[in-house]
This record gives sequence, C-alpha cells and structure tokens, in this order.
Amino acid sequence: MPSITFIHPDGRQQRIDASHGESAMQAATRQDVSGILAECGGSAMCATCHVYVDDDWLARLPAMGDDEDALLDGAAAERQANSRLSCQIKLGADLDGLVLRLPDRQT
Amino acid sequence: MSATSRTDSVTPEHGAPAGVPHLDVDPFSTEFFEEPHPIHEALREAGPVVWLDKWGVYGVARYAEVHAVLNDPMTFCSSRGVGLSDFAKEKAWRPQSIILEADPPAHTRTRAVLNQILSATAMKPLRSHFTALAEAKADELLARGGFDAITDLAEAYPLSVFPDALGLKQEGRENLLPYASLVFNAFGPPNQLRQEAIERSAPHQAYVAEQCQRENLAPGGFGACIHARADAGDITHEEAPLLVRSLLSAGLDTTVYGIGAAVYCLARFPDQLAKLRSDPTLARNAFEEAIRFESPVQTFFRTTTREVELSGHRIGEGEKVLMFLGAANRDPRRWERADSYDITRRTTGHVGFGSGIHMCVGQLVARLEGEVMLAAIARKVGKIEITGPVKRRYNNTLRGLESLPITISPA
Repeated sequence: MPSITFIHPDGRQQRIDASHGESAMQAATRQDVSGILAECGGSAMCATCHVYVDDDWLARLPAMGDDEDALLDGAAAERQANSRLSCQIKLGADLDGLVLRLPDRQT
Repeated sequence: MSATSRTDSVTPEHGAPAGVPHLDVDPFSTEFFEEPHPIHEALREAGPVVWLDKWGVYGVARYAEVHAVLNDPMTFCSSRGVGLSDFAKEKAWRPQSIILEADPPAHTRTRAVLNQILSATAMKPLRSHFTALAEAKADELLARGGFDAITDLAEAYPLSVFPDALGLKQEGRENLLPYASLVFNAFGPPNQLRQEAIERSAPHQAYVAEQCQRENLAPGGFGACIHARADAGDITHEEAPLLVRSLLSAGLDTTVYGIGAAVYCLARFPDQLAKLRSDPTLARNAFEEAIRFESPVQTFFRTTTREVELSGHRIGEGEKVLMFLGAANRDPRRWERADSYDITRRTTGHVGFGSGIHMCVGQLVARLEGEVMLAAIARKVGKIEITGPVKRRYNNTLRGLESLPITISPA
C-alpha cells in the first residue's frame, strides 16, 4: 500500500496510506487532507487539487497532459516548475513514499 | 425484453426486464416535483438498477451506479440524446448539441474549446467585477428589506453578470430564461410540460439562433472567444454558433436555480447562515453544498451502445438509462447525514454538476457567481426570514422555486 506525505503550508506533515490505482487526490479527499479541495471530483476541470511535488519525485511521475497543463495556469496559488494536479497522479508501488507540498490556497 | 422489439422509446406498455425491480413512479410528475425525496429513497432501496414502468426505461438512483454510468461515456452514450427521446429513433426538437449530445472523439474537440474559454484562468479577470455586482445587489436588497428571493436575487444577479460576460446585446434578454426552461423541459418525456414548452418556443428559439451569430456578440465575451476559435481552425465556422448556443442553453437558468437553492437553504437553516456569517470564506462551499443538497439539475439520460452488465443486471443495447443525480447526492451509502445541509461538509464527488467528460463545462462560472453572492450575503446580512408561501416551479429536469418571499436585515 503506497503512502504519501502531504506537507501543509505551516510545515505540518501528514502521512496517509493510499490504495493501488487511486489518485493522490482521491486518497487525500478520502482521508480528509485539508488543502485538497478537488471541486470537480477528479474530472480534470477545476485546478483545486494543485500540489507541489518534492523534487526527488518529480521525474518519476507520469508525463503531464495538455489538459492538466492548461488547468495549472488557472490555479489559485502560484504555478511553479514542480506544480501538478494531484488528481492526475495515479499511485502504484513505484510512488510509495511520495512527498507533496500543499499550496496556501486552492480557490 | 429485447431492445430491438421496441419501435417507440416512449411506449409504456413493455414490461420490466426479468429480475429488475420495477416501480410505477413518474419522475416527471407534479407529485414528484413537489416532494422527490421519499421517491428517491424508494428508488435507491429497490435496487442498484430499477425499471420505470411509466416510461419504459432503466433508472439508477444510488451514488455508485450514477457515478459509474457518468464515467463510462462509450457504453452509456450522450449522442442519442440526454433526454428520454432517442435520436436514433426520433428527430431531435432542435439541431443536436455538438457538445452535450456528442461522444468522443467528436465531443473531445468541442469540449476542449469550451474548457479553455471557461477555464480557471479565464475566471480570474471576472472575479472583481462579479464581486462588485454581488455586493451592490446585496446592498440594494438590504435597502428594500422584503423581496422575492427568486426573481429579485436568484434571477436578477446572474442576469446582471452572465449575459454581459457572454457578450449579448441588451435587446431581447427576456427570452433567455424561457429558452433555458424549454431546453430543460425538453429532456423530459412527452408530457404536458414538454409539449407546452415546445409549442411556445418559436420566438425564444429565433432569438437564440440570432444571438449565436458572430456579429451580435460583443468583443471579449465568451461568445466572441468561441468564434475566434473558429478562425484558429479549432472548430468550423458552422460549429461556432452551436457552441454559443450551448452557453445560452445551459449557462444561466442552472445558475439561477443554484443560487435560489443556496438562498433557500440559508433561509431554512439559520444555524448554517450563522456559520457562514462567522466565516465568509465558507461561501464557496456553502454554494457547493446547496448544489449537492438541492441538486438543481435532477436527472439526465444516457443510452446504451452495447449490452452491458451493471451491478449484476444485464442491460441490452439501445436502452435509455435515467440517472437520478439528486438521489445520488443524498445516498446514505455515500454521504453521512445525507439529508442535512452542512456548509462545512466535504462535498467533493457530488454529481450535481455531473462527473466525467460531460461534467458541466460552466461549473467555474457558476461557482464564481454562487461564491461571490453568498460571500456578500455573509458579510452584510444578519438574518433571513421566509415571509410568505414558498412556491415550487415545475420543470422536467430542473428543481427549484417559483417564488420565495423573504425579508433580510443588516448584519
């Protein structure tokens, strides 16, 4: 079972377990990680599950699609080179230990 | 029951398929519009898949099945119509929508255009203007004290922002709400509501067709942006007016019902209004929770493209499946205290805007309008009281009110 650590804007770390095949967003909303809103529920429509991916992990994620790229431009918090939408990060054993930082706002 | 034996998708006499629980309720009746929740519960409890005798269609009312159908668009298609009418068997009442009533790959291209025009990036420059008009509306209504929350607020506010954002001319805007009402009634069965809406529709249809043309759309608005995408080659010049039409069909009335639902909730649940007043940043979620709780868009149909098994039931090809979005949004299998309006609830995953590839493309506009209007109420309004009879409006797809007399007092 892959685990993810979310780092809140105040530095607080929150580690959760995810199921194989679910997205980081799904795992976060299921376990009530505040800071992941996911208004569209994972339909790649809203950019409210924005995360900053820890550098060690960035290259190991699946490539970004055009939809995700366009949505990130509209994210409420500043887009950075390591910005991703957590709904597009599908979790497998290869991502066990993933570290994601939460932006200060999602809307 | 073989789907191919059917010649008319609305012939009610064919019986329930073996093993599928059947109900004789009519989700397009006055009785249902007045009080759908006990019937929603009956539909959910009867089974994961049901058969509706009255219209000869399958129905799904539990969250899991509604979500599954919404997220399998190649099996449960939209191109044969998202109302009861099956476009493979009957002519649509208007030229088919090239986004709502389309499947991939055709849908993918038109959807991409609207996704960008209504994107989060596109919302940013609108926010301050939408906020200023919401605050002005709240001030005006506070000065009046007593008013009808449907006409004077839920309709008036979106009418003050959306047609301008689209780039519409001033003349003829009175056609907008009747046109949208027609569109949503027309998804229903051939009942009196639908027939009367279509019979009265000629002037509204003519108005809308005219406004979709490039020369009638102000520069910088959503409509002009759609036509610009035809210049860029992303869609054809014949398709552009049809995409503008989609915004005129689905962009206004739905938001009116959404804001009406939110005000109705805050009027009935003063504890939630108090919570909102103490933290106006809850406005966006208070709107979202109103969408879950009231589900202004109650139903949509899909049509099966092949034989499929859904939660243990075999459904043949060419069958209409009615999704009860409102029932899914209060399914106790998915939601704790499903029948409570709770503005701090985590609403992620509700299907009030749909789910999957056809999820409401204008959701960010709706959320922006809802958020800034509720935030203005949160900051300025101390108390909301219902002062007269609450009247329901009847529509085959939309659920909301005709009249909500209230008084508000300043914070």
